[in-house]
Amino acid sequence: MESFAFSHQLLQFMVTGLTVGAIYAMVAIGFNIIYNVTEVLNLAQGEFVMLGGLVMVFIHVSLGLPLVIAFAATVLVVTVVGVLLDRLAIRPVRQPTVMALIIATVAASMIIKGGAMLIWGKNPYDLPAFSGREPIVVGGLVLQSQYLWVIGFLVIIAIALALFFNRTILGKAMRACADNGDAARLVGINVRQMVLLAFGVSAAIGAVAGITLTPIALMDYDRGAMLAIKGFAAAILGGLGSFPGAILGGVILGLIESFGAGFLMSGYKDAYALIVLLLVLFVRPSGILGSMAVARFKRF
Amino acid sequence: MLRIHKGPIIVGAIFIALLPWLFGRMPALEHYTPLMVFAGIYCLLTIGLSLLMGYAGQISLGHAAFYGIGAYASGVLTIHFGLNPWLCMLAGALAAALVALAIGTPALKLKGHYLAMATLAFGIIVNIVFREEVRWTGGPDGLVGIPGLSLFGFAFDAIVKYYYLVWTVVAVAFLFTANLIQSPVGRALRAIHTSEAAAGAMGIPIARYKVVVFVFAAVLAALAGSLYAHFMNFINPGTFDLFFSIQLIIMITLGGMHSLWGAMIGAILIALLSFEWLHHFGEWEIVVYGLVLLIVTIFFPQGLAGLPKMVMERIRR
Repeated sequence: MESFAFSHQLLQFMVTGLTVGAIYAMVAIGFNIIYNVTEVLNLAQGEFVMLGGLVMVFIHVSLGLPLVIAFAATVLVVTVVGVLLDRLAIRPVRQPTVMALIIATVAASMIIKGGAMLIWGKNPYDLPAFSGREPIVVGGLVLQSQYLWVIGFLVIIAIALALFFNRTILGKAMRACADNGDAARLVGINVRQMVLLAFGVSAAIGAVAGITLTPIALMDYDRGAMLAIKGFAAAILGGLGSFPGAILGGVILGLIESFGAGFLMSGYKDAYALIVLLLVLFVRPSGILGSMAVARFKRF
Repeated sequence: MLRIHKGPIIVGAIFIALLPWLFGRMPALEHYTPLMVFAGIYCLLTIGLSLLMGYAGQISLGHAAFYGIGAYASGVLTIHFGLNPWLCMLAGALAAALVALAIGTPALKLKGHYLAMATLAFGIIVNIVFREEVRWTGGPDGLVGIPGLSLFGFAFDAIVKYYYLVWTVVAVAFLFTANLIQSPVGRALRAIHTSEAAAGAMGIPIARYKVVVFVFAAVLAALAGSLYAHFMNFINPGTFDLFFSIQLIIMITLGGMHSLWGAMIGAILIALLSFEWLHHFGEWEIVVYGLVLLIVTIFFPQGLAGLPKMVMERIRR
């Protein structure tokens, strides 16, 4: 009986870990899209997630628009914020050293976070789950249906991105910019537009993460920084710039966090991902699927 | 940038020495003396950070951790073990140096974004430890009743006395750092900032220099933390969080990280802003900080310290 309870608990932690991991994977994918095209690490990535949640609460709950419309409107709003971020904070930097760009994204994240606090205050907000809060019971395992939505959206995003980057001209142009910006410019690709697109797509994915996360974990103005750094940890763990790596890294990180909080000390829940990040950075900065040789060409 | 002239140092020192007397004569400004104590503590932090970021070009987004290590060494050792505060200060500096050595040695091999994220993660981890080790640190409530400082029977119990103590330490740190910058070490650091490959080719031990500067900045931060703890007699983890690390970045960016003077100006301005002027902005505080940081990064990459030069160049053109 006891071993049954234990393995049962194990499964439960695994499901939670997978769900949280899917969110980290989405943030990591967002990091990668912008990093690949611009070599900027957008520290405001977590703010997109936070905005996604809070804007959705506003449109869906406060304005009362139906789920699907609210979802689309929220993604649109956050995408616009992402585009504005590039236009107003990143592109104007006159001496675009790595340090100046990092500081610019930190500044932008403070402005977004502060703005969200002015609009929504400091209280956390809840969002109704997409298909109700009635838990699904599978073989004694209690599942929240929202978990499946989160994992489902990660799968949809992954398939959509794979099609976009491999099958469309626009996606291929973006990959060209990621490989070599100067060469891309020479063959007539508008690199500035691609950068703008990267920020837009990245923000949209962040918004989806926020919208799907809020019914599980609530959302408040202050959540962005932690989500950003955990998403970054996932991106690094998988190998910065690699999309399969982002998903792998996110899932591993989610599982580590879930098991760590469950079996070790729950107070250190937020620390596990960060310790993993430090270890990976110190031991193998190129991550699991990243290549050292390619990493050297990048400016870091 | 390398030359630090004696004239401004003497003028600055006299100004700082006379400031409490001046404030004492102006009732409306009387409460600025304690603010200037905090400004002095911040100066200690930014002097080290300016050397690390402005001169050696290594970013740290977790510097509040070392500030916290100093403060908690003072707090925990005086309250739980009843040690002499000066001994605690020394222990804090030593602890910070060891942690900086342990973290800095692998971390400083990383560049740019990776270093930024490693230091960021480190800062958050240390803050979580402050919050979770309730038995020692008092958790989120913090530690109350940290004793003040006294030397040979002379207690630094009045704000003005503490003011002079803090600013004396700042003066020592400033002069030491200024000398360091003008020495071959300083030139080596500039070379590392400009091009690590070239610096390495000239035979500069890059890795060792970077770690030494990191440790030095950490020790200054720990001293600042101890001074803070013995001044406030109370600490809690909120003072040493990610937001403070970013505030430090704002200080040296605003003042100009490529200059020690800039670091001091930025520290004083942000101390006054955060304790006094920004109260009028209330909830807008974070947005104002973000805007200041963004505007300075975009339009004044050299910060306030670079402003005179920028204006001169404009006029000449």
